Amino acid sequence: MASAAPVSAKPKIAVFSLTSCEGCSLAILELEDVLLDILGKFEIVNFREAMTERSWDIDIGFVDGAVSTPSDVEEVKMFREKCRVLVAMGACACTGGINTLKNYQNEEDYRKYVYGDKWKVFPTIPAQPCSAFVKVDYELPGCPMNKFEFAELAKCVLMGKPFRLPSEPVCVECKKKGNLCLYEKGLVCLGPVTRAGCGAICPTYGAKCEGCRGLVDKPNLQAAADNLTNLYGMKIEDVLAEFRLFGAYQKERIP
Amino acid sequence: MTTAKNVDINVHHVTRIEGHGNIRVSVRGGKVERVEMNVVESPRFFEAFLRGRRYYEAPHITCRICGICAVGHTTSSVKAIEDACGITISEQSKLLRKLIFYGEQIQSHVLHVCFLVVPDFFGVGSVIPLASTHPDAVRLALRLKRLGNDICEVVGGRHIHPIAIAVGGVTHFPKHEELLGLKRKLEASRGDLKVLADLCATLKIPDFRRETEYVGLTDKEEYAFYDGMLASTKQPEPIPPQRYREWIHETVVDHSTAKHVRTPKSPAYMVGALARFNLNHDQLHPEAKKVAGALGLKAPCYNTFMNNVAQVVETVHCAEKAIEVIDELLTRGVKEEPLVPPSRFGLGAHASEVPRGILFHEYELDKKGTIVGSNLIIPTTQNYANMEADMRALVPQILDRSVGEMTLALEMLVRAYDPCISCSVHLIRL
Repeated sequence: MASAAPVSAKPKIAVFSLTSCEGCSLAILELEDVLLDILGKFEIVNFREAMTERSWDIDIGFVDGAVSTPSDVEEVKMFREKCRVLVAMGACACTGGINTLKNYQNEEDYRKYVYGDKWKVFPTIPAQPCSAFVKVDYELPGCPMNKFEFAELAKCVLMGKPFRLPSEPVCVECKKKGNLCLYEKGLVCLGPVTRAGCGAICPTYGAKCEGCRGLVDKPNLQAAADNLTNLYGMKIEDVLAEFRLFGAYQKERIP
Repeated sequence: MTTAKNVDINVHHVTRIEGHGNIRVSVRGGKVERVEMNVVESPRFFEAFLRGRRYYEAPHITCRICGICAVGHTTSSVKAIEDACGITISEQSKLLRKLIFYGEQIQSHVLHVCFLVVPDFFGVGSVIPLASTHPDAVRLALRLKRLGNDICEVVGGRHIHPIAIAVGGVTHFPKHEELLGLKRKLEASRGDLKVLADLCATLKIPDFRRETEYVGLTDKEEYAFYDGMLASTKQPEPIPPQRYREWIHETVVDHSTAKHVRTPKSPAYMVGALARFNLNHDQLHPEAKKVAGALGLKAPCYNTFMNNVAQVVETVHCAEKAIEVIDELLTRGVKEEPLVPPSRFGLGAHASEVPRGILFHEYELDKKGTIVGSNLIIPTTQNYANMEADMRALVPQILDRSVGEMTLALEMLVRAYDPCISCSVHLIRL
């Protein structure tokens, strides 16, 4: 990704939410040990979840959440207009995230299931990432985003240094941790094709990788599919169902 | 008080709460004509898109409803799925789940009281200016919040969307020294908790009183968080949480988008820290009881603003109980255990007391273990009707104030509930 020119002495930052659990915004507040240092280097000018004041003179805007309603579309366009640098935080903003599960169901059916005969009152569109509507300068993937990656990006932008996401798969980090491969336990783990940077936290705590950080650059999906079906006897439909969980699955790219 | 006063209050996106909500109040000739808490959060359709997913995915999907109470959703979800699968988990799994639950209560209560509520009492818009004017207090709050997160990390890998809580037990087994480290941190935090209680005593909690029904879990053994029976201040006997539909009624009240939750006894009721305190105060840890006494919190308490005080009391309780659970785990020794497999697939429901109140999850599984239906009843959804009733009661009492002061009072009232709007999923207009 491109490097940004250093922004003004004390950059003004904003945090916004679209369709999400706001967990990525909250993750910023969970940087307790360095939060006061960050507050010293930046001026937070707009953060509804944490403050009352709201300014629209913004250097860097961080947004969590997918675009999934007509008003989300308007808002993400406004954020783009008001922010010199726009950062998508978390799976929802980067790939549509878990919200995209509804995209695989009949729209009228899922709306009626939740809202009954009032289903038309609540407008919705297929859940999509921010980048489907506006130019996004940086993406911090994951569900939730890795808060240390957020701090790293903030540092890079402050110093005008380039920020890059890791390009290797989760398996690399998982091996470094010394974890037993979950395929040996018969689990469908998406580690081989998912972008690293999470420290393989899910396999380390006993759960399979759910692909929340999206696909690694140039994934060899054919080889992944062949291995899963030939070596482990997995059904490709099961694997695709796993990929759908975080919207990392893109139809045309999976064999 | 000006009797013929006309007032219009319209707060777009109340700040320092989780999610998007608007307050609308209109007073004509001194009479309250309209009081609305409009929830404008994007609909998310969790109940719909759970259909077709496997039973064991439910906790990892539903925790994504809310970043603040992700452990709470995970807990209600695993317990409901285990009910549907005929699973009984081990004592060790239960202890580890209780420990992470206490961790989330601490982190959530500290976040709410110190970062979202306290700025109102200092006349500032956020905690940021307090970092310069009251740096020690802000550092203390950050330390306590960190303490809650540390517990969640040791047990579950992380607080936001915990990893190791799975259907049938847990998938990670903390080491002896990690638990010992947590215990030392908890013991060392007693000083900070004392200072927090002293700070809380200096806040001038608004005077307000409106009696309502309080609903939550209750347990014979302990102050209920992780588990218990469904109880109410207006019901003589608790019932199993699986029978929640007998008491918890979601109803459509007019031709608008309104959806209220009511009980057979009341059109509005309250859940959360104050409800738990009113139901179970006798079972608080002695240290927490001392803090409640010092802060003037006595059951039954009908002042909604005291919910924040109850949160501080519960924070002290949870820190002490976390130490007790760790002691038990250290004595038993934590061993690796496999997940308990399902013995059947069917219908299951359960509840837990998450930071904002009782959270119900219910699932229907087909005979292969695929989710075919679900119902999730969120604390904030249960509180909306009570919030509106409180606002109706409060507005006439503050009509002599300026519009700015009235607005602040109403925002503070909404904030006292610690609403979590992303959680409340269904769009509601009261």
